[in-house]
Amino acid sequence: MTLVLDSVTKKVGALIHIDDVSLTLERGSLNVLLGATLAGKTSLMRLMAGLDAPTSGRILVDGKDVTGWPVQRRSVAMVYQQFINYPSLDVYENIASPLRVARLPKSEIEARVREAAKLLKLEPYLDRKPLNLSGGQQQRTAIARALVKRADLVLLDEPLANLDYKLREELREELPRVFAASGAIFVYATTEPSEALLLGGNTATLFEGCVTQFGPTPQVYRRPHDLSTARVFSDPPLNTLKIRKTGGSASLSTGGEIRATGPLAAVPDGDYTVGFRAHHIALESAGTDEIAIPAVVSVSEITGSESYVHLDASEHRLVALVPGVRRLEPRSAVTAFVDPRHLFLFDTVGCLAAAGPAQKAA
Amino acid sequence: MARITLDHLAHAYKPNPRTAEDYALKEINHVWNQGGAYALLGPSGCGKTTLLNIISGLVQPTRGRVLFDDLDVTDLPTEARNIAQVFQFPVVYDTMSVRENLAFPLKNRHVPRDKTARRVEEIARLLDLTRVLDRKASNLTADMKQKISLGRGLVRPDVAAILFDEPLTVIDPHLKWQLRSTLKEIHRALDITMIYVTHDQTEALTFADKVVVMHDGAVVQTGTPDELFERPAHTFVGHFIGSPGMNILPCKVEGATAFIGDRSIVLQRIYRPLSDGERIELGIRPEFLQLQPKGMGLPVQIRRIDDIGRTRIARVEMSGRPLAASIPEGISIEGSEAALAFDPRHVHIYANGHLVPGEPIGEHGT
Repeated sequence: MTLVLDSVTKKVGALIHIDDVSLTLERGSLNVLLGATLAGKTSLMRLMAGLDAPTSGRILVDGKDVTGWPVQRRSVAMVYQQFINYPSLDVYENIASPLRVARLPKSEIEARVREAAKLLKLEPYLDRKPLNLSGGQQQRTAIARALVKRADLVLLDEPLANLDYKLREELREELPRVFAASGAIFVYATTEPSEALLLGGNTATLFEGCVTQFGPTPQVYRRPHDLSTARVFSDPPLNTLKIRKTGGSASLSTGGEIRATGPLAAVPDGDYTVGFRAHHIALESAGTDEIAIPAVVSVSEITGSESYVHLDASEHRLVALVPGVRRLEPRSAVTAFVDPRHLFLFDTVGCLAAAGPAQKAA
Repeated sequence: MARITLDHLAHAYKPNPRTAEDYALKEINHVWNQGGAYALLGPSGCGKTTLLNIISGLVQPTRGRVLFDDLDVTDLPTEARNIAQVFQFPVVYDTMSVRENLAFPLKNRHVPRDKTARRVEEIARLLDLTRVLDRKASNLTADMKQKISLGRGLVRPDVAAILFDEPLTVIDPHLKWQLRSTLKEIHRALDITMIYVTHDQTEALTFADKVVVMHDGAVVQTGTPDELFERPAHTFVGHFIGSPGMNILPCKVEGATAFIGDRSIVLQRIYRPLSDGERIELGIRPEFLQLQPKGMGLPVQIRRIDDIGRTRIARVEMSGRPLAASIPEGISIEGSEAALAFDPRHVHIYANGHLVPGEPIGEHGT
């Protein structure tokens, strides 16, 4: 099926929860909703599911207007952040429950439960009660139950948020395979950019109830159309500075002038916000025409193979991700270097004006 | 402020523990130095919360002692231990203002009013709460409330230690960055022993000077973030730290050569004879295992390439075993056949999960 949201808006009192969202989700696709808490991810999912009706706009399934249809009339399954299972039923019956409600024949139930259990690696635990399972196994059970229904639309609202880091890594790796095997439309909400990148598929970035961009995940990450998208899709946070371009040169809000090369050469004179990611800051100069930003070390955090160095550059807080172990003394002076090829330039209303050549992966 | 000593500490939740399996916390001897920033890292069920609860006095250990400096506090209740705690979810009085919330732990202990006021201002400044000091806590977001909880944990200047139990779980990724570096700055400013419990390696490694990694009720390694990364003392540490974790491959070792199936890898250390009774494994992190064009190393099949934004990770198979490898910039791989180059400086050998040190091969010859 195809799910279309056509200019959907949801207001609660005077508050706009979802602001004029249009999206087309295709059968067999994985769609990530990426945004901070309160950006509208859950509100949007509730509208897709039919748990809430939009204030205006239409929702179409295969071209048919289903706006206002209740959830019971739609083919939807949901998985929540909290692990929701029936504590008195074993894993098998938990997975089978929607099929029992639908009065499917026993053999069909058996076949579907076995298939879902296999896909989610639950076969050894089918006779256990949920409380005797790890968090990861409990959430696998909830996902298996969502899959056996063979709903056209499966909504997962931060399903891994309550899991341990390593379990999250493991499930996240398996989910794309599970999704690909199903053929439904999957919608997956998360606050974490790294999770969106690992899942792949398409990503819709959400900011204050608006979908700021929708497209293939790596493309949205590499070519954000505006500052909001770049900020939402950046972890560590996007570094930004103000810049004023005048003819062949440009002055930075952190002081200093640079030659207007790279994307700066391509834009008209005026004021811009430059954005660049943490791993594009170097603490040693690597060549010519770099932006050099005088800064003071605030904190350096070591992750083992890399170091995050937090810098204060006049009014701006920057984060640099540099290779190796770098124990820099707080309050020591450093220079942050950025290659213009890695810059995003946003105009005064936040739209992308120019960007460095399509970034390679590394 | 205190040095905390864990002396032959062990805990079992069931009575009459006999075997090691009966213990939720296996024997641990450890000293937390005054003023240090420590993390207790491990998955759910590894015993880290049990250990934290023993330090705070919520759980009485089956065996061993807890000392704050030279004082045995093992039998003292929580309130007599002079520690502050911050939990996973905000603990805030909704009816009070932010200022009153921050002042509460001091007011309870009859700290003079002017001293309290000064300390509250200082903590509010460190946590960037000054603007909201006179607002009611009830109207604030979850993030803000957790900041207030942190503030209440930090406000008493005389505590022996501050214990944090997964304090950033409810915080959005962007604010996590800010709060983590704030906590680090505060640690430096206040010189208080801080113990931070988490399952999140990034939080542990970035916060702590020393990380204690726990697995199955036991401490498997204590070290600086780079020690844990460069030289995992146990395969669990290799797997748990790093994303993706260390590749672990069954192997045979003879002298300074490791054999994986019919492939051999030259090592930089020479090993004692490792008996057949031991489980011998080779560990190498994806960061030190580079994908190369076919013919440039050990042959592998590419299963998948993960584009994680700033880098790509190759998921490959070697003699039927899955491995993760990094893809150097500028390498182009055609088709599904490729090769792996091992960085021999970062290959480790493990026997039954534990690192085998081996002898460095001297420069004067092998």
